[in-house]
Amino acid sequence: MKKILEQSVKYLFTASGFITSFIILLIIFFLFSEGAGLFRNHIIDDGYVVALNKSNPVNTLSANQIKEIFDEDITNWQEAGGEDEPIQVFRLSDLLSIYSEEELGSEYEHAGSKIKETILQNEGIIAFVPKSLLTDTEGIKTMPDQTIPVKDVLAGTEWFPTATPSPLFGILPLLAGTLWVSFFAILIALPFGLCVSIYMSEIASEKVRNVLKPVIELLNGIPSVVYGFFGLIVIVPFLQQLFNLPVGESGLAGSLVLAIMALPTIVTVAEDAMRNCPRSMREASLALGANKWQTIYKVVIPYSISGITSGIVLGIGRAVGETMAVLMVTGNAAVMPTSILEPLRTIPATIAAELGEAPTGEAHYQSLFLLGVILFFITLFINLSVEYISSRKR
Amino acid sequence: MSTLSFPENNSRRKTLNQKIAFACCFALSLCVVLVLASILLFIIIKGIRVINWDFITQAPADGMTGGGIFPAIIGTLCLMAGSAIVSFPVGIMSGIYMNEYATNGKLVRFIRMMTNNLSGIPSIVFGLFGMAIFVNYLDFGDSIIAGSLTLGLLSLPVIIRTTEEALKDIPDSMREGSRALGATQLQTIWNVILPMAVPRVITGLILSMGRVSGETAPILFTCAAYFLPQLPSSIFDQCMALPYHLYVLATSGTDLEKQQPIAYGTALVLIIIVLIINLAANGIRKYFANKVKTN
Repeated sequence: MKKILEQSVKYLFTASGFITSFIILLIIFFLFSEGAGLFRNHIIDDGYVVALNKSNPVNTLSANQIKEIFDEDITNWQEAGGEDEPIQVFRLSDLLSIYSEEELGSEYEHAGSKIKETILQNEGIIAFVPKSLLTDTEGIKTMPDQTIPVKDVLAGTEWFPTATPSPLFGILPLLAGTLWVSFFAILIALPFGLCVSIYMSEIASEKVRNVLKPVIELLNGIPSVVYGFFGLIVIVPFLQQLFNLPVGESGLAGSLVLAIMALPTIVTVAEDAMRNCPRSMREASLALGANKWQTIYKVVIPYSISGITSGIVLGIGRAVGETMAVLMVTGNAAVMPTSILEPLRTIPATIAAELGEAPTGEAHYQSLFLLGVILFFITLFINLSVEYISSRKR
Repeated sequence: MSTLSFPENNSRRKTLNQKIAFACCFALSLCVVLVLASILLFIIIKGIRVINWDFITQAPADGMTGGGIFPAIIGTLCLMAGSAIVSFPVGIMSGIYMNEYATNGKLVRFIRMMTNNLSGIPSIVFGLFGMAIFVNYLDFGDSIIAGSLTLGLLSLPVIIRTTEEALKDIPDSMREGSRALGATQLQTIWNVILPMAVPRVITGLILSMGRVSGETAPILFTCAAYFLPQLPSSIFDQCMALPYHLYVLATSGTDLEKQQPIAYGTALVLIIIVLIINLAANGIRKYFANKVKTN
């Protein structure tokens, strides 16, 4: 009886031991199965078709071109690889302005034939209509039903997930926004973080250190929304005045908030590493005539460099994955960032802002899971490099 | 003669360098402390005016421009309790396995790496995962149980790591002594190892609760309700939560100006929770440290 208990508890413990590995597998599986679904979607909304007149030499259009045409950024077929002919955009709602209600029938039973008529009559037309209405396609060219290409997503520079007829899922602006904000955050946090950790581990008296250490730990525990709230109330208006910006919500505001948030992580890890430098090494250096500062930067820092690097990389990881604070202060404009003073948008903020509105199981929803996959791999890469850096120690 | 004066010059330069470097370190550290203190003071001063008994015990009113934050406090407590039920037993058992049972060094390193990776995954990814598996796949819907499970998984690495480190510090002689007396491995763990490790394990548990209380991203799509004046009646209900409530008050709603004082109050309540949790963790650490010494 005792043996059975002993054995079953052992199995229970073993199972718990693998729980984290199991969760990571589950995360990968669920994120991937949703995210990969994006590439099974078609570039045009489901159930709709984009149709051209048969005399038009254009055969295929990319999602980007379709969007530009319907936004009327492209107004001539020449720009889309066709002949010199003005583009006529036709949506289902335009039907009512061309034909009277009698012509269409009380139940819109003639809508299909009228659409066909319109397309046949206009050579430069591009029509976006429900597939069910356009059953007879003689003399009409419909765009081939292509799925969203991987290249357009991973190398696309436009993020318009709710555009019709063809949404754009280019992740580059979001990826660039994330890296841009994190880069500046670390740039700001680095000198402060290093100085604080040197001060705490080498210079400050035990008394000062005993006050500083719990304060830094406390700051590590303060929720990110509180930092975001502070950023929104104080930092954003301050930056707006300082640089005379139209809106204060900007990449720089995000970087400042992230720098404050990444500081405790950097300081705790780096300080720990410096304190682990053995006393004998310091004493040897001092005995050779080096003073305290020379000992710090010639002995202590080189000795603990892998720990310091781990701290910095962990800080980067925190900055890249931070959601709420960044969502609140960066202004959320999904464009390629050109200046740190302009609004931009990061991957986590995009997921948080858009998932609530994206209908479950559709392309937009899946694209957000794809962003989750990308974020997962960025942080996995960061964590593995921390692992690698700290395993090289000694 | 010039060579003779060299060491002296050098040493003066050395001292000057040291002075400059130390001054820099001190100035930047002071800067950081001032910034951090001003953040805390700013929220404390603005928030303290709002907080009173009614603020803590009443539901929001007038489209969130009046009333208190009672449902949000209760919701956060529910989520903390729920995630504790999920993560405490599993986390502690996992830590025990890694230090007491696992014999293969490579395997332990692998598990430790996975635990570190899990702790580095951004909270919004946990939110996505929780939504995919608990809300949609297991069909719990937006509910306290889905939120608690998501937060529980998020807080696992902290618990596992502190448990493992607490156990690692217990000398092997204790284990060997117990086994030599005829105790089984389970008896040794239960009667000898765990009692010794309890203070540090509890510290880890408390700190994990601190993290849970402040997380917003994981509950955005698994649990948190925008506005819900009544309290949840079962674990399959949605609930309000303090961090999400602060986010809502700060960024959306009917009247941002009028909401701001309430937002300050909510932020202060969140900081107070974190403060209490940190003080409790430190207190327990100190209390047990003294106890061990006197024994």
